[in-house]
Amino acid sequence: MIAFAIRRILVGIVLLLAMVLVVFVLFFAAGNPARDVCGKYCTPEKLANITQVYGYDKPITYQFGQFVQGLAVGRDYPVDDKYREALKKSNPSLVIHCDAPCLGYSLRSAITVNDAIAKYAPVTISIAIYAFIVWIVFGVLFGVIAAVFKGKWLDRVIVGVTLVVYALPTFFVGTFLLQFIAIRWKLFPYPRYVTIADGGVLNWVIGLTLPAMTLALFYMAAYVRITRAFVLESLSEDYIRTARAKGLTERVVLFKHGLRAALTPLLSMAGLDFAALLAGAVITEAVFSYQGLGLLAVTSNRNSDLPILIGLVIVAGAAVLVANIIVDILYALVDPRVRLS
Amino acid sequence: MNRAFLSVENLSVNFPTSDGIVRATSDLSYTLERGQTLGIVGESGSGKSVSSSAILGLHRNTNAQVSGSIWFGGTDLLALSDDEMRERRGKEVAMIFQDPLSALHPYYRVGDQISEAHLAHNRVSKRAARARTIQMLARVGIPQPDRRVDDYPHQFSGGMRQRVMIAMALINDPVLLIADEPTTALDVTVQAQILDLLQDLQQEFDTALVMITHDLGVIAEIADDVLVMYAGRAVEYGSARALLSQPAMPYTWGLIQSIPDVSRSVDLPLRPIPGNPPSLLNQPAGCSFYARCEYSKFVEHNRCATELPELSPVSLGNLKRCHLKEELSVYDAQLAVVETGAH
Amino acid sequence: MATPLLEVKDLVMHFPVKSRSVIARTVGHVKAVDGVSFTVAAGQSLGLVGESGCGKTTTGRLITRLQKPTSGQILFEGRDIAQAGPRVLKPLRREIQMIFQDPYTSLNPRQTVGEIVGAPLVIHKLVPANKRLSHVQELLEVVGLNPEHYNRYPHEFSGGQRQRIGIARALTLQPKLLVADEPVSALDVSIQAQVINLMRDLQREFNIAFLFIAHDLSIVRHFCPEIAVMYLGKIVEKAPREELYEHPKHPYTKALLSAVPNIEQAVLGGRRERIRLSGDVPSPINPPSGCRFRTRCWKAQDICATEEPLLRKIGAGADEAACHFPEQ
Repeated sequence: MIAFAIRRILVGIVLLLAMVLVVFVLFFAAGNPARDVCGKYCTPEKLANITQVYGYDKPITYQFGQFVQGLAVGRDYPVDDKYREALKKSNPSLVIHCDAPCLGYSLRSAITVNDAIAKYAPVTISIAIYAFIVWIVFGVLFGVIAAVFKGKWLDRVIVGVTLVVYALPTFFVGTFLLQFIAIRWKLFPYPRYVTIADGGVLNWVIGLTLPAMTLALFYMAAYVRITRAFVLESLSEDYIRTARAKGLTERVVLFKHGLRAALTPLLSMAGLDFAALLAGAVITEAVFSYQGLGLLAVTSNRNSDLPILIGLVIVAGAAVLVANIIVDILYALVDPRVRLS
Repeated sequence: MNRAFLSVENLSVNFPTSDGIVRATSDLSYTLERGQTLGIVGESGSGKSVSSSAILGLHRNTNAQVSGSIWFGGTDLLALSDDEMRERRGKEVAMIFQDPLSALHPYYRVGDQISEAHLAHNRVSKRAARARTIQMLARVGIPQPDRRVDDYPHQFSGGMRQRVMIAMALINDPVLLIADEPTTALDVTVQAQILDLLQDLQQEFDTALVMITHDLGVIAEIADDVLVMYAGRAVEYGSARALLSQPAMPYTWGLIQSIPDVSRSVDLPLRPIPGNPPSLLNQPAGCSFYARCEYSKFVEHNRCATELPELSPVSLGNLKRCHLKEELSVYDAQLAVVETGAH
Repeated sequence: MATPLLEVKDLVMHFPVKSRSVIARTVGHVKAVDGVSFTVAAGQSLGLVGESGCGKTTTGRLITRLQKPTSGQILFEGRDIAQAGPRVLKPLRREIQMIFQDPYTSLNPRQTVGEIVGAPLVIHKLVPANKRLSHVQELLEVVGLNPEHYNRYPHEFSGGQRQRIGIARALTLQPKLLVADEPVSALDVSIQAQVINLMRDLQREFNIAFLFIAHDLSIVRHFCPEIAVMYLGKIVEKAPREELYEHPKHPYTKALLSAVPNIEQAVLGGRRERIRLSGDVPSPINPPSGCRFRTRCWKAQDICATEEPLLRKIGAGADEAACHFPEQ
């Protein structure tokens, strides 16, 4: 078991490095990064400054090496060694040290990418966790009900409703919740993000509810269907017939024997979906004007703030990788056939 | 009325589908005493598994329509409530299934699964249940039971897994055991071991055993009585020795003929039964075997096509569902004449 | 003496077993086939019998080169194809074909019967497109199916009919050797006989050699004049049919035969003496030293653990057995 986990983690690290490489190649190999970062109103002086600070004129392998070094132990900006040493003496405040794992530095916003992400992450993570809990609980609940009552009207209603909800675009649901539920009909207080430190846990939850619901509804619809399918498949297995033949009550048969087998693959999927959400739900955050990673990505893109974009891509990819590893390990924990063969 | 230990009377199981009603079992009747073995023989679609599942009440809460009566221990099992049936299931009546790998839950240890069966019907501590489980595992011939009790199903070989299933079925000392093709998925030497085990256990506990199989050889080895099923109906029923040495119904005879027996000469080609098993959806009006029977020409007025035969007694005390009046050997002589064209 | 159609010499297939530690290393081998030799003459059948794990299915896959053997020779018409590459193998696929066990999963459900049976013709470009249909229909008729059904899909047929489709497909290229891997195990008893008879007729008509792999001793006896019994990757006995069934020389063969339920004997004589084999089949990763069967053999002596018995002739007949103390 331990060996299995260690092996998965090692492979994960290798994959992470490979991913960074791919991102790097995508962003740097094609095109002129200095020019992109410079933006619309570019002057030669600005361009020169950018090149010096970021070291875009250095060979690609050097840049990649510096980046990995930054991830491992931290790095300094400006990238050019000679220039940096000179600047240390003349104007030390312009020399930036970026701690490990350094994802980059944004000249435009004068902030390290790590700090930028740290500033915007709490909103995204909170919404993601909240949405996750809601969609898992209710998605599985209604999925199980639909499976148990398969063919009856309850099942048909649930399946029909989920289809409609799944088809609704996120911006529609979000806007509807904001404009109608919150503003026009005043069924819910106007959504505003409040940190726990400022307003306490209750206000924090209230502030997150509407955007979380926007996301949750979509995933819930999908998970009702998936749960229903998994449960139905699990209930048609031979070991369910054996469980009944032993004289166990229907409740035990359903929950202990049926659900356990159905939920395992389900939670694996859910883990990956959750990780994808950590990259930021762009549309939802935009609709509610919540300062999350999604919004950060949009503004960085508009401003051609390359370093932040790179950092976001890496963080998003890493989240999925880590989720993958955790899910694999959890699966091995639950299914003895995987860990003992 | 002095009923037998197990008495199935006019059992019918129908499944309504969008294409029509599938009559999986029609009008099935048989009896069984303690310590006896009834072999139910049939091919796929004969209704042998469906009818036996009905004894355990496994069709409740499905869309199956079950009618008739199953008398066991003085009560009609079909008339019991779901809870009352559930109390007997796994306790007085138990079942073992064909593929032990898929019949055991892959996520739980075998010891837990067996103890679960015991705890469902007995108010004992978990420790006591575990002790009994280990005892049972030893009884069915699993080496090092105190260690293997914590293993998972996939860690056992096929024969060992089936022994685990047998242990699980017998943990509550059932008086009636139904075995649905228990050895079909096993190697022949392992099959021999399992059959020996079942017979030993039956002798020890005086259990009534219903053995469902398609293998006539297995039936010949261990069954006292035989019930041959075809298209959901009993077509021949009686003592094993009589039925196998002198089958009265053409289907039974056809089955025996089509099996390459280790002792029979190889120069003759096998005599298969022509055609395919019938559909259970739109059953023909007459005998369901009519389309494949070469003896139907000996029945007057083409009755086989129009009239379903009743179960009628045969000289050796068995029952057959056939319009033929004489023994098959009589007609065989005539068939041989026809085939060779001799006069 | 003419070159036999198929000659297998010391065929070995070892599957590597990887450890589950951090860096996967090969810690051992599953010795699925461990030195198997036999011959099949043109138009003849050899039965390969054994229980699960004995290596018979793997042997079949090696002969058809669905798998490349670890070592050994497979001489087809004198040519060794054991390590041959795809270019050599492609024309050979016309000569050696395989019939599979499960008629429900070995046919592509998305192809019509005509496409399935005609596929080999397309692949090997043997027949012009306009002649293919008549070829296919002829084949369907040969196996006893309605030639008008070439446009139907596999799920519209019963198990026995599907197996016939598989056989028709195998016959399309007029092979010289058919490897039949448990061709009737998945079928109902009354249908098994139909398919067995069909194969017998086809063999006679087209002079096809068969390698008949099965665990059912009764069926093999009916089909094959010569039979080889396998245990844990080795052949333990090889004999003509009557010799094997009437006077088995190897203890395992004897035990196997005694375990087969026999209707006549049971009806006449009640419970007969059965040789009960103790224990389980040992793991093929670590087979017992010397004779592999010794852990379950009632005759085992010291020499059985130290010296592996070789397959050799016993007595005057053609019977060969690998045992230090064969039955007489």
